[in-house]
Amino acid sequence: MIRVQTGDFDVGAELEQLRRDNNGRAGAMVSFTGLVRDINAGDSVSEMTLEHYPGMTEKALEKIEQQANTRWELTASLIIHRVGALQPDDNIVLVIAASKHRKQAFQACEFMIDTLKTEAPFWKKETLPEGTRWVEPGQCR
Amino acid sequence: MVHLRYFASLREQLGTGEEQVELPSNITDISGLTRWLQTREEPWKSALADSRLHVAINQEIVRPDAPVTDGDEVAWFPPVTGG
Repeated sequence: MIRVQTGDFDVGAELEQLRRDNNGRAGAMVSFTGLVRDINAGDSVSEMTLEHYPGMTEKALEKIEQQANTRWELTASLIIHRVGALQPDDNIVLVIAASKHRKQAFQACEFMIDTLKTEAPFWKKETLPEGTRWVEPGQCR
Repeated sequence: MVHLRYFASLREQLGTGEEQVELPSNITDISGLTRWLQTREEPWKSALADSRLHVAINQEIVRPDAPVTDGDEVAWFPPVTGG
């Protein structure tokens, strides 16, 4: 399942829901949570705004989840991505992969977040003390 | 008519997020459409000259030689930075 939303998500509640959805078939669940950092490229960040391409975003996330389910034998999967104005320490993205064994779950989770970062149409804009700037790919450090 | 959309830093540079235009009859693909938009006054020429821009037709990423037809939604945007 995929969701794009402005509101926050509860990582624990999402993991618990997916655990129930597995109906006992999964032996492993791996999750990745992406957060807003308070510093990027040496500058302090007070706010981060996530822009996206409504419609295409959902299609891209569905495709990524589908690819993961084709490559690995998953019992359940989930991608949630937030959009709009976020503050440091806020959740941005949650990816969960559940499988019979841990290796498949680890690999599928990594694939989904890595692919999302290069293919899903989201753009980050940071608010710094000097003003705003668009995040460049690979700039985060 | 084609529905043109611009996102993120490109949207800000151009000062517009979307527009409807009549597709000139001699334009058949993305590179032709991009060149035609670049004949507008600045910032169109320089903003759309960025080779890192991606283009999507009907919400699927395409190459510059992809055909454009009436009724399409065409979007230009910088490299994505989500996650």
